[in-house]
Amino acid sequence: MSGTTVRERFLARRSFIELDARERARALLDPGTFRELAGPFDRLKSPWLPLQGVVAQADDGVVIARGSIDGESAVVASIEGAYQGGSVGEVSGAKLAGALELALRDFELGRPVRPLLLLETGGVRLQEANLGLAAIAEVHAAIVALRRHVPVVAVVAGMVGCFGGMSLAAALCSRLIVTRQARLGMNGPEVIEQEAGLAELDAGDRALIWSLMGGEQRQATGFADVLAEDDAEAIGAEVRRAFAAAAPTPRSERVEALIARLAGIDGERPPEPAALRALWGETRQ
Amino acid sequence: MEHLTFTYPAREAVARRVHIGVAGSGDLEVLLEPSADADAHVAVTTSVDGFGTVWKHVLDRFFTRFDGAAAIEINDCGATPGVVLLRLEQAVEALRA
Repeated sequence: MSGTTVRERFLARRSFIELDARERARALLDPGTFRELAGPFDRLKSPWLPLQGVVAQADDGVVIARGSIDGESAVVASIEGAYQGGSVGEVSGAKLAGALELALRDFELGRPVRPLLLLETGGVRLQEANLGLAAIAEVHAAIVALRRHVPVVAVVAGMVGCFGGMSLAAALCSRLIVTRQARLGMNGPEVIEQEAGLAELDAGDRALIWSLMGGEQRQATGFADVLAEDDAEAIGAEVRRAFAAAAPTPRSERVEALIARLAGIDGERPPEPAALRALWGETRQ
Repeated sequence: MEHLTFTYPAREAVARRVHIGVAGSGDLEVLLEPSADADAHVAVTTSVDGFGTVWKHVLDRFFTRFDGAAAIEINDCGATPGVVLLRLEQAVEALRA
């Protein structure tokens, strides 16, 4: 590979990570088909954040858009990581769950819809704790119901990543696309450091964090399906490919394989990230 | 958190609505739409208290170059005056695109 080729490829790339939630949804829908539902001018804001001294955003940090993907009707739910860490509150959670539930209703009426989730989220919004958690449970239920009809596709691009209850949503999807910059995990590194101490995990050690929960490691150990470049075109191609393929057996239904994985681990001597790839890479599918 | 409102005289009508930005750290969200009357109205909600005079200076400067009868809602999360002005100009650019 010559230097020129690398540079030309880099310059030709359109960073997906640098796009905001709305631009991401627009980039993955067929050109000219983006149509936003419950948008910022509908002003479905969090009623809870201002009571706690936090400025509310007009779309509560979630963009819901209809359009088409490869000519087929689609709905995209895109979380804005820059607003409150992409956290899921009552309103943003209702938008996510509502979009998926309406897609399910469309299927039941014989109208296929391709559901796509763009996840950039720290999980539940702590200021709206129980309401956010309830909404996340609805999102989980809707993904499980929908994936019987159609692949439910999710993208975690970074740089927030996908954590907490929403990492479970990512795990429930039929296809999960990640970039190297993405992170995926139940607890974020700062939470682990705070709760278990610096000796357990140094949240400031970026190389360590990405070696544990980064997109490349997650794909190599079978928690994500596709590792894509940070390029809107490349991610778009992977999204179209995921919808065109037959829906695979969902990861969360491969229970025997997952139990067997755990049985091969000695909790007293947890394997290094590279060893885990060797250990679990085999059972990826 | 503080809520501020401003009114400026306007000359031309605003034809459509525009949404720019995110209320993320150091940034702000601008919702610009046609005003209900002949004036321009700005409603600011900001996470930082005590900067009413600075907001007035920034908006005074912005309205020397923009005379649309717009209702502008700003949801601010600690943006600097320069960022505020850039976001407002970005909204006007999108309005005229």
